[in-house]
Amino acid sequence: MLLIPCPWCGARAQIEFTYGGDATLQRPAVDATETDWVQYVFLRDNPAGAHQELWQHSAGCRQWLRVSRDTRTHEILESAPAVEASPGDAR
Amino acid sequence: MKYSIFSLARNALSYHERWPLAWRSPRAKSRYDVVIVGGGGHGLATAYYLAKEHGISNVAVLEKGYLGGGNTGRNTTIVRSNYHLDPNAHFYEMSLKLWEGLSRDLNFNVMYSARGVLNLCHSPADIDAAMRRGNAMRLNGIDAQFLSRDDIARRIPNLDCSPQARFPIQGGLLQPRGGTARHDAVAWGYARAADARGVDIIQQCEVTGIRVDNGAVAGVETTQGFIAAGKIGLAVAGHSSRLAAMAGIRLPIESHTLQALVSDPVKPVLDTVVTSGAVHFYISQSDKGELVMGGDLDFCNSYAQRGNLPMIEHVIAACLALFPSFGRLKVMRTWGGVCDMSMDGSPIIGLLPVKGLSMTGGWCYGGFKATPASGWLHAYTIARGEPHHLNAAFALDRFERGEVIDEKGAGPTPWAH
Amino acid sequence: MTQRFRMSAGGAIDRSRRLAFEFDGMPYQGHPGDTLASALLANGVRFVGRSFKYHRPRGIFAAGSEEPNALVQLARGARTEPNVRATTTELYDGLIAASQNRWPSLAFDVGAASGMLSRLLPAGFYYKTFMWPAMSTAWLKYERVIRAAAGMGRAPGEPDPDRYEHQYAHCDLLVVGGGAAGLAAARAAADSGLRIILCDEGARVGGTLVGDDVSIDGLLGSEWIDATVRILSANPDVVLLPRTTAFGSYDGNMLALIERVTDHLAAPPPYVPRQRLWKVRARRVVFATGAHERGIAYQDNDLPGTMLAGAARTYVQRYAVRPGSRAVVFTNNDSAYAAALALNAAGVALAAIVDARGQGEITGTLARRARDAGLPIVAHAVICCGHGRKRVSAVDIAPIAGGGRRRVDCDLVCVSGGWNPALHLFSQARGALRYDDTLTAFVPRSPLSHVVAAGAANGRFGLAEALADGHAAGLGATGPNLSAAAPPHAEMEVGAAPLALWSVPAPRRGGKRFVDLQDDVTAEDIALAAREGYTSVEHLKRYTTLGMGPDQGKTSNMLGLALLAQATDRSIVQVGTTTFRPPYTPVTLGAFPGDERGAHVEPTRYLAMHDWHAEQGASFVNAGLWKRPYSYPRVGETPEQAANREAKNVRANVGMVDVSTLGKIELQGRDVAELLNRVYINRWDTLPVGRCRYGVMLREDGIVLDDGTTSRLDANHYLMTTTTVNAVKVMQHLERLLQVDWPELEVYIASVTEQWTAAALAGPRARQVLQAVVDIDVSNEDFPFLAFGECQVRTAQGAIPARLFRMSYSGELAYEIHVPADLGRAMWEALIAAGEDFGLMPYGTEAMSTLRIEKGHVVVGAEADGRTTADDLGMGKLVSAAKWCIGKPLMNRPALTAVDRWQLVGLTALDGAVMPRAAKIVADLDRALPNPMLGHVTSWCWSPNLESWIALALLAGGRTRHGEILWAVSPLADAKVRVRVGPPCFIDPEGERLRG
Repeated sequence: MLLIPCPWCGARAQIEFTYGGDATLQRPAVDATETDWVQYVFLRDNPAGAHQELWQHSAGCRQWLRVSRDTRTHEILESAPAVEASPGDAR
Repeated sequence: MKYSIFSLARNALSYHERWPLAWRSPRAKSRYDVVIVGGGGHGLATAYYLAKEHGISNVAVLEKGYLGGGNTGRNTTIVRSNYHLDPNAHFYEMSLKLWEGLSRDLNFNVMYSARGVLNLCHSPADIDAAMRRGNAMRLNGIDAQFLSRDDIARRIPNLDCSPQARFPIQGGLLQPRGGTARHDAVAWGYARAADARGVDIIQQCEVTGIRVDNGAVAGVETTQGFIAAGKIGLAVAGHSSRLAAMAGIRLPIESHTLQALVSDPVKPVLDTVVTSGAVHFYISQSDKGELVMGGDLDFCNSYAQRGNLPMIEHVIAACLALFPSFGRLKVMRTWGGVCDMSMDGSPIIGLLPVKGLSMTGGWCYGGFKATPASGWLHAYTIARGEPHHLNAAFALDRFERGEVIDEKGAGPTPWAH
Repeated sequence: MTQRFRMSAGGAIDRSRRLAFEFDGMPYQGHPGDTLASALLANGVRFVGRSFKYHRPRGIFAAGSEEPNALVQLARGARTEPNVRATTTELYDGLIAASQNRWPSLAFDVGAASGMLSRLLPAGFYYKTFMWPAMSTAWLKYERVIRAAAGMGRAPGEPDPDRYEHQYAHCDLLVVGGGAAGLAAARAAADSGLRIILCDEGARVGGTLVGDDVSIDGLLGSEWIDATVRILSANPDVVLLPRTTAFGSYDGNMLALIERVTDHLAAPPPYVPRQRLWKVRARRVVFATGAHERGIAYQDNDLPGTMLAGAARTYVQRYAVRPGSRAVVFTNNDSAYAAALALNAAGVALAAIVDARGQGEITGTLARRARDAGLPIVAHAVICCGHGRKRVSAVDIAPIAGGGRRRVDCDLVCVSGGWNPALHLFSQARGALRYDDTLTAFVPRSPLSHVVAAGAANGRFGLAEALADGHAAGLGATGPNLSAAAPPHAEMEVGAAPLALWSVPAPRRGGKRFVDLQDDVTAEDIALAAREGYTSVEHLKRYTTLGMGPDQGKTSNMLGLALLAQATDRSIVQVGTTTFRPPYTPVTLGAFPGDERGAHVEPTRYLAMHDWHAEQGASFVNAGLWKRPYSYPRVGETPEQAANREAKNVRANVGMVDVSTLGKIELQGRDVAELLNRVYINRWDTLPVGRCRYGVMLREDGIVLDDGTTSRLDANHYLMTTTTVNAVKVMQHLERLLQVDWPELEVYIASVTEQWTAAALAGPRARQVLQAVVDIDVSNEDFPFLAFGECQVRTAQGAIPARLFRMSYSGELAYEIHVPADLGRAMWEALIAAGEDFGLMPYGTEAMSTLRIEKGHVVVGAEADGRTTADDLGMGKLVSAAKWCIGKPLMNRPALTAVDRWQLVGLTALDGAVMPRAAKIVADLDRALPNPMLGHVTSWCWSPNLESWIALALLAGGRTRHGEILWAVSPLADAKVRVRVGPPCFIDPEGERLRG
């Protein structure tokens, strides 16, 4: 079972988290083309190796995290808050 | 040598020392008309039907490991065509019809066992959805019956049909022609039959690159050197994204781990395939007596062919909720496979946007039962250069057109299908 | 009955107590300390089961968890358990066991006929036959025969009465295996402040040292174990777990352990779980998991009385049992000499020690001792076949180079084909293996950063080196200089290299040389697989079923792959191993869910007012995890009749429904309106304080995600409601958007679904009822449609604060009242009391559904089924052109705007017919199948207000089909009905009632 380091709560078991998928996807600008949106919504790199992905500590602090994990070994390489400095930090 | 009870008896006299190779292990030639990447059920079936239906036998199937070593040999062997949406229903029904004659066609017993697939309903909403699907099946010419709770209790005495159950059983949708087949035999049967028609099956040959010249495929780079081919078909579910990326194509697919497990073998206790959507669970009993069961994905991208304990716990909890008397049986083996999870839960079978390149993949949980039709239609698409009407709906461009085939209505979250 | 084969002294058993047990109906006795296997052997029972495929007689082959043969059916009734290894089953008083896979009895088994047909049944025979045209029937019939013949034991017929529990633990060092190396590792690391867990699958820690006559630090094996265990037990940082098998190694160094808490007890105490599943997160793991001995494939090597040499030694030394009277030992390595010496000391006659190695290679300490003891060693020789029917009576011995066979009478054959380190868990932890030519076995290639193998598991088979290796592994966990323990010392034995011998040619053509006793796989099967091209080790496993039984090939896999290597002219390294999969040994299913079973398999969510509903006789329906009132039947009413009465009463008078399950999300902050603008299709920056608005959310792909009402409570304070099913999903969606995508928005959100109880009061007389209990004016002028306000509700317990919303799902004049959850019942009862004079009745989900169908309101999950757009539902006009929102960029893809989209319509059943359940819509009943479907019914009901069956449906091009007559059909129910297509709203399309 993955042990995911939550930046706020420390290392916690996978069962406390909800998966959010590829974290490298960049939301297109509101006036972007339909093609841009199709790529954003449907296409994935799906790498075998380091994968930047989102997890929510849903049974904990409910913060979304950005985790780097090797999809071949499940080794967790890094984890960080989803956004470095958000107004949410001060809340 | 044709397999039959007679050849078996004849070979018994020579102590089975004269059985020939089921398939050759040829060296790869430098050029083929068609190269199929992936020596699982889908790739081997594609090659077989290319030779059989289209007379194209200058074909190589390239397999990085050993044939049938991927998802073909890792699934829970369920065969069915109980789908709601028309494209799925027609496609899987074609597949089921091929299953029905497959052993004879291949001269290899794939042990298709039409023992029935029963989807349990635990609430009025479940019944509505199951009946809506069953009605669609019937109008599409597919067998389906709705069973009452009492029917189910009679048919499957081990099932907890009491009203006190946490998810009480209120009925179920049965597809009598659904069932199971022996997964490995499918790969071996197609391999032997394709080989007999002249297809070269090259094991231990990993494709490391796809050469594209002027927008058209020229061949594949492999661990055994370059192999030229004007047509390349990908049948590498689990790794479709990686192969497509070699031709510069991004797919609407993520790879996820799906686990399954078997119990220790016991005398027959279950002769129907039972599934429950409410508790995410499916179970059947193998001919060896093992209870074969599975459930949800592990819910994170993975190529590791291994999963973790929580999903195993969940699957078994579901099992015991439905079959409380199985509690003292034991888990004998668990394993994981890598699934192509597509963005609408349905496969991609068709041409890719590089000339000469095609794929069959994106199977999510359910590629095994699709094997015959997937191979048949993929072969058709390769041979004709255009899809058959039964796989036209499974084209890659359906996402930009908005014509997704989302059986579950879960949307573009691949692990939610 | 006497224990004829029990020695008068020695062993780790308690002779002062006798335990009665029963096997196949016969009574026997044993002692505490026995396993079922040792007790059976003590009583001279050697034939204990029938094999899987050929139903051949089988005896006890091993002494531990690797046992392939001696699987029994334990106990009777609800606690019966199939496929239990007699070799690991501790004996208790009253134990009942039976042999398996035989009918009618072990001695006379009808299934044994398959043994006679065995020449027709080589590996994979079933792939080659049963393919006739009528195959499906023929195969189905034959399949039943196969299935009945296979399958080993029987599943219980009743629910498991026992309970299981889970335990989470964290430690610095987990030592798996409490033999010499494991104990040395734990002892070395103890006292360093590390938290240590040591688990061992045996009843008693110590592994093969128990009862062994070796000397460690001047103590006998058992004495050293006791001394070490005393030291460890006294250390508060050390947890010792006997009877605990580590069975899986998972990501993040999480090991799964199964502790058998009461399986060894005749009468388990109450309130104690049968087994406990441990999930241990370990900083470091030492796998001191020992090694498994393997056999040698010679003809008829499966006769009862054939046993691994190490097992024979264990039976003698640990259990004080003579497993036979006259033994032949067959070996290719030194270890079997220890068995020979032990047997000799126990008074078992040694007919021969058959060693495949040459005289000059048999130079180890143990062999010298055997020679000194005068035991007859036959060098350069092999056993080429066994003789006997239901037990071995003799073997044929021949020179390894071939030549004259000699028959030697015996009733016990002790085989040692070498040892395989037990690397299952190490390998699961991603440890890489290498093949060691000298040891003829796979060993760890190198330790991992947090995981090491030690002792025999690390290829250190001698006691002295295993102790040293274990000690070093323990020190590896503490870091240098932190351990005060001295390394335990045992006398170093000189070993001689084993000879790689896997099989012996069969004297009789077609003779069976078993590789996998569990699944009846022979050397001939492996040769056949190789001959037919099944040359990958995975093909071999799958084609022959090698290693696929409950033992997962512990004694057979290595042998099988070596024979495959030989047959295909490859090295063992080239052939490789199959992947080791959890569990290490079979684990009871019941242990995995633990307490999450029965009613607790998933939580049940009860409404705050559940008790009130129950007191009123509500019938409940499962809605996701919730229990909701379906209707409130009165005496003599069915739940459906009650729902019709309730629905009618809402339109005629007034009704009240519990809507607390709706998702509720509080939103505060400067940018809430902006967030709402982005997530809903309609506009929110124009919503004034004190007003509510209906909104629809889309997924990124332009398909409807959810709907609900959001109210502006204050300038920067909103309350969003979601559908019941999507409460969690929408919350997560918003959190993700705010944290990941739009951190610049200042919005604070919290889910308050369970903090508020909500009631909807609906009907023409709703205002009168409400006015009687609230302290604000709820007239149409002061509190119009879509108003929000705060108020006090007067209740029997005093006034309670409430949030009041004027919104309508039923299409009637209606209000929603939200109060803090624990005050819900007071509010509810106050309204019920106030409504008495106005005909107020509570109504359930069924009437609620009827009312909303009559009104044409959609439900997410029915009409919005994950494939429908806002426009499909007739809500395209809600999409604000003035702003962007999620889903808008992809909403207009070609297929989503096609004219034949399935669009929402209303259907009315004609001819007074009943609308079939979950019907499909077709134009022509008589078309050949497949009959094209134009759409389907999404929701349907008997409308007591319209007095006909009506439905909402999705219909291809539905908005242009109003007035058409089509068929709604249910082939499953053999029902069909003519329906007229119309708009989805059946009642008050202008909305006068809800605004009135």
